[in-house]
Amino acid sequence: MNVTINGSAHEVPSGTTVAQAVRALTEATTGVAVAVNDEVVTRSTWETTALADSDRVEVLTAVQGG
Amino acid sequence: MDELIIAGESFSSRLIMGTGGAPSLEVLDRALAASGTELTTVAMRRLDPGSRGSVLDVLRERKIKVLPNTAGCFTAGEAVLTARLAREALGTDWVKLEVIADERTLLPDPIETFDAAERLVAEGFVVLPYIGDDPALARRLEQAGCAAVMPLGAPIGSGLGIRNPHNIELIVEAASVPVILDAGIGTASDATLAMELGCDAVLLATAVTRAQRPETMAEAMRGAVTAGRLARLAGRIPMRRYAQASSPTSP
Repeated sequence: MNVTINGSAHEVPSGTTVAQAVRALTEATTGVAVAVNDEVVTRSTWETTALADSDRVEVLTAVQGG
Repeated sequence: MDELIIAGESFSSRLIMGTGGAPSLEVLDRALAASGTELTTVAMRRLDPGSRGSVLDVLRERKIKVLPNTAGCFTAGEAVLTARLAREALGTDWVKLEVIADERTLLPDPIETFDAAERLVAEGFVVLPYIGDDPALARRLEQAGCAAVMPLGAPIGSGLGIRNPHNIELIVEAASVPVILDAGIGTASDATLAMELGCDAVLLATAVTRAQRPETMAEAMRGAVTAGRLARLAGRIPMRRYAQASSPTSP
């Protein structure tokens, strides 16, 4: 299935979890937050939340600003 | 002690720093240390796997409280989602609410800002909204439950100082939450003026991070905020049209 992670298209096996999508980008688990289709997925449910085809995943962290 | 209190939390420093514009994390670190700040903003952006070091490490190391902002948001919906993500990532329910109207001026959009503020307050956030120098909007946001209001002195990054000191005074007079002068500060005297007008704190970034010597300017701002606060508390003399002798006039 195809998902979008931080704006780029990715082909991933069905059943891929949010945790796996995050690990593709970073080893960090603190200071990072995830939204799937504009809804926050709390860290405690990353492992158990499976992505669906066409999901938009945003993985954010804090950067210099303001 | 003359402490700044926001949502029940005390700060000895009345200088809130931003982190945007610094040429490196090392320069930023030294500037933050020189500023004496205890509260500093960060932005939320897509994670870049290639980036090294984190502004969060700098803040943690310096024991500075992190204040996530919603910079880059144009709608209330985007700002609410960004605040929720910041709460999840950083473990704080404090948010500097920033919803801008357009890229050219970066002026805050009052309608979207108010809408987002109401939603975030309802979700239990400590909301510090960035707004124009509008006394009516400041009052409405306070009534909506915001923990502070952050009127601009001039557009973000412009360094134009405080363009409408009268409106800042009107906001201060009416407010019972802290008023934090945000944006437009160019140099130390601007920060002093903000405090002399009665603001409770000043937030600045560019004036320090893009100064030729950021660390030195940070130290200047620290002194400027302290001086302005003391002058405000001391009570300045009235301005007079003509001279008033300070030495005895009789021989």
